[in-house]
This record gives sequence, structure tokens and C-alpha cells, in this order.
Amino acid sequence: MSETNSAVSQVADPADPGVVVHLRKPPVVTASAVGTAPPRTPSASDTVTVTIDGRQVQAKAGEWIIDAADQAGVYIPRFCYHPRMKPVGMCRMCLVEVEGPRGSTLMPACFNPVSDGMTLHTRSPKALKAQEGVLEFLLVNHPLDCPVCDKGGECPLQDQTLTYGPGETRFVEEKRHWDKPIAISELVYLDRERCIQCGRCVRFADEVAGDALIDFAERGDRTEVAVFPDSPYSSYFSGNVVQICPVGALTSKPYRFKARPWDLEQVETTCTSCAVGCRTVVQATQGQVTRLIGVDSDPVNWGWLCDKGRFSYPDASDAGRVSVPMIREGDELVESTWAEAIAKAASGISAALRFGGGSSVGVIGGARLTNEDAYVWSKFARVALGTDNVDAQLGDGLPAQTVLGLPRATIDQAAAAPLVITVGSDVKDELPVLYIRLRHAVLEGATQLVELNTTPTGLSPYAADTARYKPGELAALAVAITSKSEPTGPVAGVDASTIASIRGHISRAGREAGPSGPAVVVLIARPSLAENDEQVATAARILAEIPGVAFLSGLRRGNIHGALDMGMAPGILPGRVALDTARSYYEHHWAAELPAEAGLDTSGMLVDAARGHIGALVLLGSDPLVDFPDADGALRGLVGARFVVAVDTHLNESVRRADVVLPAAPWSQRRGTFTNLEGRVSWLGQVTSPGSAWPEWMIAVELAARLGVDLGYESPEGIWAEIEKLSPLHRGVTHEVLSGPYGRDGVVVPVGASGHSTAAVRPLDPMADPGISSAERHKVAASSLSYGRAGAGSSSAMKPAQPRTAQAPASDSGPDAQVEPATPPLVGLPPVPVPSPSKPAGSAVGGALTLVTRRKMWDGGTAVQSSTYLSGLAPPPVLVANPAELAALGVAEGEKVTVSSAKGSLTVAASADAGVARGIAVIAWNLPGGRVGELIDAGDRLNFVSVEPGGDK
Amino acid sequence: MTFGESTRIVTARLHNERSWTISSYLAAGGYQGLRKALTMTPKEIHDQVNTANILGRGGAGFEAGRKWGMLRQAQPVYLTINGDESEPATFKDHALIEGDPHQLIEGAVIAAYVIGAAQVFIFVRGEFPLAIERLQAALNEAYDYGAVGANIFASSFSVDVVVHPGAGAYICGEETALLESLEGKRGYPRIKPPFFPAVMGLYGAPTIVNNVETVSNLPWVVINGGDNFAALGEGRSKGTKLLALAGHVKRPGNYELEWAKVTFRDLIFDPALGGGIRDDNELKAIIPGGVSSPWIGPEHLDVSLSNEAIAGIGSMAGSGSVIPMDHTTCMVRAAWRIVRFFHRESCGQCTPCREGGGWLEKILERIEMGQGRESDLDLLMDVCDNISPGVSWPPAQTTICVLGPSMPPSIASGLARFRDEYLAHIREGRCPFPPDRLPRRLARV
Ligand SMILES: Cc1cc2nc3c(=O)[nH]c(=O)nc-3n(C[C@H](O)[C@H](O)[C@H](O)COP(=O)(O)O)c2cc1C
Ligand code: SF4
Ligand code: SF4
Ligand code: SF4
Ligand code: FES
Repeated sequence: MSETNSAVSQVADPADPGVVVHLRKPPVVTASAVGTAPPRTPSASDTVTVTIDGRQVQAKAGEWIIDAADQAGVYIPRFCYHPRMKPVGMCRMCLVEVEGPRGSTLMPACFNPVSDGMTLHTRSPKALKAQEGVLEFLLVNHPLDCPVCDKGGECPLQDQTLTYGPGETRFVEEKRHWDKPIAISELVYLDRERCIQCGRCVRFADEVAGDALIDFAERGDRTEVAVFPDSPYSSYFSGNVVQICPVGALTSKPYRFKARPWDLEQVETTCTSCAVGCRTVVQATQGQVTRLIGVDSDPVNWGWLCDKGRFSYPDASDAGRVSVPMIREGDELVESTWAEAIAKAASGISAALRFGGGSSVGVIGGARLTNEDAYVWSKFARVALGTDNVDAQLGDGLPAQTVLGLPRATIDQAAAAPLVITVGSDVKDELPVLYIRLRHAVLEGATQLVELNTTPTGLSPYAADTARYKPGELAALAVAITSKSEPTGPVAGVDASTIASIRGHISRAGREAGPSGPAVVVLIARPSLAENDEQVATAARILAEIPGVAFLSGLRRGNIHGALDMGMAPGILPGRVALDTARSYYEHHWAAELPAEAGLDTSGMLVDAARGHIGALVLLGSDPLVDFPDADGALRGLVGARFVVAVDTHLNESVRRADVVLPAAPWSQRRGTFTNLEGRVSWLGQVTSPGSAWPEWMIAVELAARLGVDLGYESPEGIWAEIEKLSPLHRGVTHEVLSGPYGRDGVVVPVGASGHSTAAVRPLDPMADPGISSAERHKVAASSLSYGRAGAGSSSAMKPAQPRTAQAPASDSGPDAQVEPATPPLVGLPPVPVPSPSKPAGSAVGGALTLVTRRKMWDGGTAVQSSTYLSGLAPPPVLVANPAELAALGVAEGEKVTVSSAKGSLTVAASADAGVARGIAVIAWNLPGGRVGELIDAGDRLNFVSVEPGGDK
Repeated sequence: MTFGESTRIVTARLHNERSWTISSYLAAGGYQGLRKALTMTPKEIHDQVNTANILGRGGAGFEAGRKWGMLRQAQPVYLTINGDESEPATFKDHALIEGDPHQLIEGAVIAAYVIGAAQVFIFVRGEFPLAIERLQAALNEAYDYGAVGANIFASSFSVDVVVHPGAGAYICGEETALLESLEGKRGYPRIKPPFFPAVMGLYGAPTIVNNVETVSNLPWVVINGGDNFAALGEGRSKGTKLLALAGHVKRPGNYELEWAKVTFRDLIFDPALGGGIRDDNELKAIIPGGVSSPWIGPEHLDVSLSNEAIAGIGSMAGSGSVIPMDHTTCMVRAAWRIVRFFHRESCGQCTPCREGGGWLEKILERIEMGQGRESDLDLLMDVCDNISPGVSWPPAQTTICVLGPSMPPSIASGLARFRDEYLAHIREGRCPFPPDRLPRRLARV
């Protein structure tokens, strides 16, 4: 057959050898076919001169007219155009008059590129008539229920009608009617009467999120946005369509009828729900957060937010919110005062210190803190508690040295690298907006994706190669894809041809790498919580040998990277430095003696606590009972610890077991800085005044005071100034830099490393993301945000009498201060580990399956479960296994099975997925009604389960 | 001149017994064009087609040979045959597919050979069940016969052909919407640029879209030579044209006639053709080239039915559907029916077409029902102007496709000629035409 027939192959019909059946493979789908719009001209480096409304301006060749006009400060009205999506030219609002050799023509500005010498008029009579005509058409069927519409006051249709629209209507007929509104998902309502068919929502769902669950139906003026029968618009990103809808057609359940835009106070901040750190505006009214709107940060989120980040903000109505201090009386936690609770906490801790010293206390948690909080707690633990038992991770992440020591990439670098290798994470569930960025990069052809994962993930459909390796054999796979010699047979359950192809990708990436960016970016995450971190840490170290490699950490919890950078890990001190190399430096600057040796991580602390060696444990915004992979180990640890202080915003399961509960100020009530998974530091704004809760740093200051140490901090700004001065990682990242014009994009630390944003400052675009600028002037005055007024006690009221350690920042050092020690080096790559055979691989009984468990976006965690709107979204737990596995067990789809391990058992429904390899049982982590943690032994390298048909065996 | 004996190209076999079967087709010399084509180089055939100057028969009138010439020779190249024919009163392709499907297949394979396509899609209007059935049966026969598939007639050329039934939308006749539909998406015309599927078409690959009638001419051109084709007709309008004569004539139907050699008078009144207006009524107006074309009047009866001549009087030949209307026709109702069709078939992307179309439909309905105001006439024209600035023909297109601008012509040309009739509706508060002359039932869709 000739070359031209590649799309067709022929086979003989086995039933009738004489007949040739023509099998048609689907034709090759090219990247450009994914969107119907022509690809944006990428080679737009040279500039052209364009005359816009009589003014000559420079524009990038190939740039859309609308973008060039924006740059020149000329606003062209628009509805369907969104700067982060492909133009579709649907609404026809952006018609401008372009002069041509055969007279002038009206052209849509949103998808016609500028060319040199082009002369265009955006407000000529011809253009104005066309613009007014389109607006009149849009209003023909628009219900004009502005007075009861959530969009009223921030509505692009209202705004543009005032400027470009007709004064009155000429339409006398009956408008189109539909039921209004209809729920298209648990979170989103659709009012089709208000819809102007701009297609932004439909395009977002398909083009940006990859969840093509809404589309247009019908034709003519009956065209409506619709969901498919029996399939709601349940997307992790559904809130974005509400955000970008230019009218009030899409509204969100949580915000519906909550506020009027002119009553909102707002401040720009960063979402701390996961480690991506999307830029956002948070809006509040009457002290209550009402809404988040994504802000377009070019290096990070492009204006998008995931639904968890958007809707899981803490609310006063949340179930289990802690707002006042509590102390244990017998079996109960009773409300108390700050003074009493702090005193109780301090005395419990002092008692432990008196009996066992620093090694008998520990701090678990810290990933929900701001950098300033984390710094103060890090110092508090070392200086006031005299312990290095601090860990912001809950045994569910990666070794701190792995995360801190690997060379880092930015999201932009990953999106431009010839190759991205994802290891372990289901990015769509765990780092949702990073999924959007990576998916976009792959679809644009900017990068290629290789996935090393035991089970299918949200990114699997976009991977050029997928290695479904055997759990527990990641390191061997890493060796196979990086070593000099080609493997001859399968490795880690992955066939040789897949490995060869991945090796090919790595060498291709080496050839294609640009001069500045990395060749390969590896996103490294814990593959399963039922497997310890040894394999992934070893694999990371091996992959670090790939020439031109850089890493993105897949740790997902809020400010975990900030916490680690601030030393909230055993053996690490603020500034990404090691305790042993930085000890003298910090002893000098903190004027205190630091612990002699590295302390315990969370799992070490829990084991020690279970043995009765821990006298006081501080839970710092953490819930080990739910988040520590081994539920039984966590419980024994908490029971074994003699005294537990919890600092938290919510009464989670672990907090309920504490002796003292200190209410921490939630995200919207505090300010400070945040560090995302790139190491990007950004400023967190505060929108609501603190109630009786305190920010964590203040709690540390008060506790320290009670313990006789004056930490002396009074504001996040002051703490940051000290961090900037002392931390070798944060030099130059002053508060001025962070709150200045580039603050929106944050600063990747250390400064001077890859990715420091130099992009032009972009104004907020009210047409791209309506709702932000119209409320901006209501920004809260800083003076109304000071702490300690509303609380039961205040910092000054509780100053202790005699500080034990003098507070002595560097600048204060007197004449007799010792010679300042040299700045310690940042943590480096760990040595290539020798895999230790010591830990058992867990006991696999005959017919057992390897348990794999990872997080889902909607889970049984506090953020989701305490929210009225989100709690119902978590799916019920299911066991997912290969169909052959279920067939062997005689279990049908949906049937109940009992899953048991040496630790415990669980009854869940079974579900078949051919994408899951044989020998594996996948159960999502921590879903309501099924705690996988109860099956897991954290001491085991792998965990095995047996599965039996029928429930509750 | 007797028109019945005019040279027939595409309809030559339509009256043969079981003309849609391969035996009938072969008996009439079928597949000789393809056999001959395979002995020629693609370039030689392309030259013949250029010589023949086959204007596209789908409405836009773009030369087939020139369109093929726009292909950059990148692989894969697709050929797509447009058999969506869904415009009211247009039924020529319907007859060709039902009556002579092998001719279409043969033409398609020849075109595929010239452009180097390995895959042909024939997109047929879903409401043509018999045409689809016969075309699919013919395709199976052609595969068995060796005229389609691998190594056609033992040559090194191979091509696959797929029949794709449309899903019921007129807009899928617009070539880029057709491609979207083939890709499994909603039938949306694509934004231009790129202006031609030959640059970026199906699945992003260069694609040629040709009309059924256009392609059906190819076997004849290969056998008889491009110059013999070009010897027929006049100016740019070469060969024959299959005219679908509908409306108020005594003998409606398809007539294949040497192009540019007949006038409207010939077509409507010649006893061998239209045979005159029904009931010998008075001719009131003519829709000369499909319902999007501006109406012309009895004074244009002697205009030739060539592309150029009709363009010369401010209208268009389009796909060749001619609709004479007699004096019993209500011009408001006629415009309303046409606008209603276009509006309801509007894909809904462009605001002017989607909303403006609906608005026009409602205003016309109001006037027809006796609820009009005199100011409505200016309003109608202004809405038309906002859909199609200048209300000119060909339109200064400011919408994605030309469906939107297809609404104003029947209103603008109707109002220009029959303003009094509109005013009569308004002043009398009812339609002045006797109800028994109205179609019995106007479906309210
Ligand atoms: C709204 C609309 C409907 C159309 N419908 C048809 C159709 O049914 N059949 C057709 O051949 N061309 C139709 N066309 C024209 C096609 O877009 C295209 O020009 C044609 O198929 C090209 O073939 P040709 O060059 O052989 O004429 C339509 C165009 C528009 C704008
Ligand atoms: S619902 Fe909103 S975003 Fe979606 S098409 Fe309608 S107006 Fe546009
Ligand atoms: S991806 Fe992460 S940072 Fe971004 S909105 Fe979601 S939770 Fe927040
Ligand atoms: S003009 Fe009408 S049919 Fe054509 S693309 Fe626009 S809305 Fe669709
Ligand atoms: S057509 Fe340009 S903004 Fe909608």
C-alpha cells in the first residue's frame, strides 16, 4: 500500500477469507485541530506600526488587533474574547473599521492580526454603528433583570451598554423564555435567559479544563448552554465559568444573592488551599468572606482557580469552626479565655520540658501557616522549646532534604521544557491549576509529557508515554530510564519498548533544550500513601542525574514549601539551610543555644509518643488522625502524648483530643507571605478583621512569653523584615518588593534564580474576569486590620515579667558581639542513597493486592467537610481494580467487598478500570465512609490487602 | 433551439433503468473516466480541469481547478464531497446522488487521485434516506468492482471513501461547518482566516471541499477533454448547469442546460422546460439563485442564466435554484418564510445572525399578522443593515459565514419592489391576500 494510505489498513474477514474488510483508523489529529481557531502566530517578535484612531503605535507583528489596542490604551468592546482562551469571533462586539485598498471594512478585532501600516478606527461612525447594532441585538432577548441579578453592578453587558449601546429599545415583541435558573452542577446555576451565547463557559470547559461537559444546544435565538442528559457539569474547575461569564447567566451557589458588588471589600491575596498558590482577590462583606475571583498571574494561574480553592474559604457558618480558646475538663473541651488557655498550654509544655527536656516535646504541622508564622514557630521550637522535633509534614510527603535539595523549576519552565516527567502525583486532583497549565503546554505542543505512575491520572490522556510500574519499584524504573545501557527486558513491570521510548524522550529533550530553561522537568510526588517515601526519594535522586533536569515538588498542602523553607522540618533551619551547617549562624543571630542534633519527623514523634516519650505535643493546624497514613499509629501517638496543644481553625478529629485548643486566625483574617511549590513568595492580603482568633505567630509569641522567652514580634511585616535580613534564601525579597507592582506574580527565591518575573505589570482586566475592578476602591484600610483588639487578651497585656533569652536580631548586636558567622549554604542534593534492605516490604499473603492510595480533590478532610456547599461532593469510597482482578474474585461492578490488611478492614463498593494494572487495589485516600489509613502500617515499605466479596467481613 | 436536446453531462444516465446500480452504470460506459484518469498523471488531469474551468456548483462559484491548486502538498490531504443540499427549493444534488451515485463516486475518486487524497468523505444530507442508501450500496459495489479501495484497477493508487449522513442542520452545508461536523463537533462555521479548507481543513489537514455536481462533471471531462467542456457555455460559466426550477411554474424540476445559453424567460416559459406560470398567472418576481439571492422582477426575464449576467443585475446564480413567484404570492409572507428558515438554521455563533435573525422573523410575522407599524419598514432595513452592513450583495460580510447576510436580501429586494404591499398589510391590519391562496398550514416550529 502506498504511503498516502496510512490512515487505512485492511484485514481479511476471518469468516470469509475472500472478503477484504477495510478498517479505518481515525485520521491523525494534529494539535491545531484541537481548537478550531487558527493557531496563534507564535513567531511574533518583530514590531509593526499601526495607526489606531489616528495615533501611530507599535505592536507585535501577528498580535491580535484587540491586544495591540489594549496595549495602546484603546479599549475595543468585547464579550467572547478572553485573553487566556483561543479567540472565536462569535459575539461580533469587537468590530472595528480597517482601511484597505478597496475601501474600509469592518473586522472583528479579536482574531485578526495587526499588520504593518494597518490603519484602523475603533470609534468611526461605521464602527460605532456596528458596535451599537450588536449590543442592541444582545439586548433583544436579554431579560434585563439587573435588579435581582448577582452580576448587577459588575456586569460587562451593563457597562458596555452604557458606553456603546443604544439608548432605548426598538424591540416590542415577546422575549425568549426559559426556566430560570437551572442547576447544572452542585455548585453552578444557569439562567439561560440572561445568557448572551458568548461561549466563554463552553470553551473554558473544553479548552482550558478538558471537561467538555457543557455545550450549546439548539440553533438560532433558541441557542442555549446545556449539559448532557444525566451528566451534570461536575468539573473541578466549574467556578471559573461563573467568573468569566460576562453576564449573570452563570452564578455560583455559595455566592448567589450574598452581596452586591458595591458592598464588597476586597484585597488581593494568594490561595493557600494547595501549593500551587493561585493569585486571587478575596471579597468580603460584613466581616464574612463571600467570594474569590482568580487574578491573572502570568507565571502561575492565568486567572483560573480550582473549585476547592475558590469555594473552601473558611466561613463563620462552617461546621466545627473554633473561634474561642478551649481547655479540657474531663472528657470535654470547654470554652475558655486566651489568658487561661495560654497559661494552661504553657504549663503543660513546661512540665514536659522539666521532665524530659527538648526531646520530649514536638510540633507537628505548619503547612497551613504563613511564612512569618512558620518562621516564628520554627524559632519558638528551637529557642523556647529547645527541640528540633518539628515537622510540617505528616508522614505523607517527601523527605525534606529531597524537596529542598533538588534543583528547582518554575511552572513556566515546566510548560516550556521539551519534556515533563510526572512521578507519583495525580496533578488534577492534588495541584489542580498546575494540571491546567501542564495540559495547556502539552496541547500547545510546547512540551511533552511522560508519566511514571502506578495508576491512571487526570493527566494520563495527555501523556506521550506512560509507565505503569509496579508499586514499590520506582527506583528501579528510574535507573532503567536514566542508566547508560538500554534494558533488555521489562523493568518494574514496564515493558522494554516503553522504557526505550521514555529514554528516547529524555535524549530528545537534551537535544531540544533551550539555552536558559531546563531540558527535563520532573514533578515529583509521593506515589501512594500506602508506600513509604524511600522509593520516591531514591528515584528523585537518580533522576537528578539527568543532564539539564530541574524539579517541581508535588507536595500539595498549602504553604508546605514555605514551612520547609522556614525550617519546619527536623534538621532544617530558616532559609533552606541545614541545622548542622547553620547552627552557629542562628545561635549568633537568635542569641540562643540550638538543639544539638536533628530531631524527629512526624512519624518518629508519633512512635515516640506512643512509647510514652513525648510529654507535650503541639498540633499546629494539623490532623494526624486523618492525614497521617497510618491511622492506628497516629491514634496511639496522640493517646501516648501526655499533653496535647492544638492550634487550629477547626475542631478536627485530632484537635478534639487536645488538652488545650487555641483558635488560629483563618486565611482571610491574617496577612503575611506564602511560598508556592516553585519557591515563589507572594503577599497574602487580609480582608476581614480578626475575631477572637489569633494568627499563629502571635500564639507562639505569647506561649514563648509564658515560657520566659521574649520573641518580641509585633507584626507580620516586622517578622518578614527579620526573615529578609537573616534567611540566606530570602535576601532582597523585601516587603516593598512583595507589595510593589510586581507583587502579583510574587518572587521566586532565592532571587536571581530562575523565573524572577520581569513581565510587564498587567492591569486587572474587568472584561476577562469581571467583578474585580469594580469593587477595588473599597479596599480595606490597613489601620482597621491590626490585631489584638477583638481578642480576649492582647499581646501587651500578657507580656511576661522576665525574659529568659534576649531578643537580639543581627542589627542590634552590640560592640561585644562575636564576629558574625558566615552565611550558611542552602541545602544541597542528598547523596545517592543506597536502598536499605532493612525495612520489611509488608507481609503479602497469597492473593493479596498491593494497596495504592492517593488524594482526591473532594475528600473527607476538614476544608471540604466543614463547608456546607462542598461536603456533599466527596464521592463514596470505592475499590478500583483491574477487571480481571474483580472477575477472579467473582465480584461485579458496584458490589460490596471487604478489604482487609493486618491492621484492619474496610467495606467499600468495587469498580473495574482496565487502566489499573493487575495486582493493585486502588482506594482513594480519606473519603467519607472509608478511611484507608486504617489499613496502613506506616512502618511497611508497601501495604497489601486481601479482598473478599461481600461487606463487613 | 429545443432545450430537451441540449448536451447532457451529469444527468445523461438519469433515465436509464435502475441507473443507480453498477450494472446499469457500466452498461452506459461507467468508470471509463476513472480508467482513463489512472493512465494520466494527476497534473495532466488537473490541467484538463483548469481548461474546463469548472465553476464550483455549490453556490460560491470558485473554479475547482484553482481550488485544488491551492493545496500545499502536505499529507494527509482529505477530499470532502458536499452533498448536504438543504436549502429550500434546491434539489439538484439530491437527484444526482439518488439517480447516479456511481458517477459521483467515480468523480470523487478522480479528484482524490489528482489531489493525492487517501480518504474521501461524502457528506450527505441526513434527510435523504434513499440517496444515502443508494450511495452506500453503490459504494459497496464500487469497492467490489475495484474502483474504490486498495490498488484501484490494479494501479498503485488507493483511496477509501466513506458516506457520512448529516445530522439535520442546514448550516453543515457551509464547508467549514461541514468539516467540524465530520470531526464530531457541533456544526459551527470556522472563523476566517484561514479562508480556505485547502489551507487548514479536516483535522487541521489541507482539505478540498467540492459540491456533488462539481465532482460529477469530472468523468465526462476526463473522457471528453477540458476543451470540449469549455466549448459549452460562455465566459466563466462553462459546461452545463443543472438548474432546479421550483416555485409557481407548470413543470418544476431539474433541467440540465448548456450554461449561459438560456434566459429566465426560456427556463420559465419554454414548453420543454418550465412550461409557464401555473394557472397562467402573472409573474410577480423571481428568486434567481436560491433563497439567499436578491429577488429580481419580470423586467429581467431576458437576462441570461449565467453567473456573470445574474451578478450583473445585483443578484446571484448561487447553486442554481430558480423560484418564480406568481401574482398571488404575498411578498411579506415569502420574505418571512425565507428569514424564518435562515434564522432557525443559524448556528447561533454570531450575535447579528442569531438575534438579528430572530428579530427580523418576529417583525415580519407581526406585519403579516396585521400588527405592523409604518416605522417597522425603516426598522426592518436598519436591522438588516446591522446584520449585513450596507445590505449589499455580495454582502460586506461581518459575520463568520454568509448565512446571516443571507437574510436581508429577500427583505431589502422585496421592500424595494413591493413597499406598497408591506404598507397594505400595515394599513389594513391584515394580509391582503385571499386566505385560500395561502399555504394551508404554516408549521409553527
Ligand atoms: C449557509 C451555507 C450553506 C451551504 N450549503 C451548501 C450545500 O448544501 N451544498 C454545497 O455544495 N455547498 C453549500 N455551501 C457552499 C459551501 O460552503 C462550499 O462553497 C461548497 O461546498 C464548495 O464546493 P464547490 O466549490 O464545488 O461549489 C453552503 C454555504 C453556506 C454559506
Ligand atoms: S452562560 Fe455566560 S459564559 Fe456561557 S455562553 Fe452564556 S453568557 Fe457566555
Ligand atoms: S490550584 Fe491550589 S492554589 Fe490554585 S485555586 Fe486550587 S487550591 Fe488554590
Ligand atoms: S452567520 Fe449565522 S450561521 Fe453563519 S456562523 Fe454566524 S451565526 Fe452561524
Ligand atoms: S467577536 Fe471579537 S470579542 Fe467577540
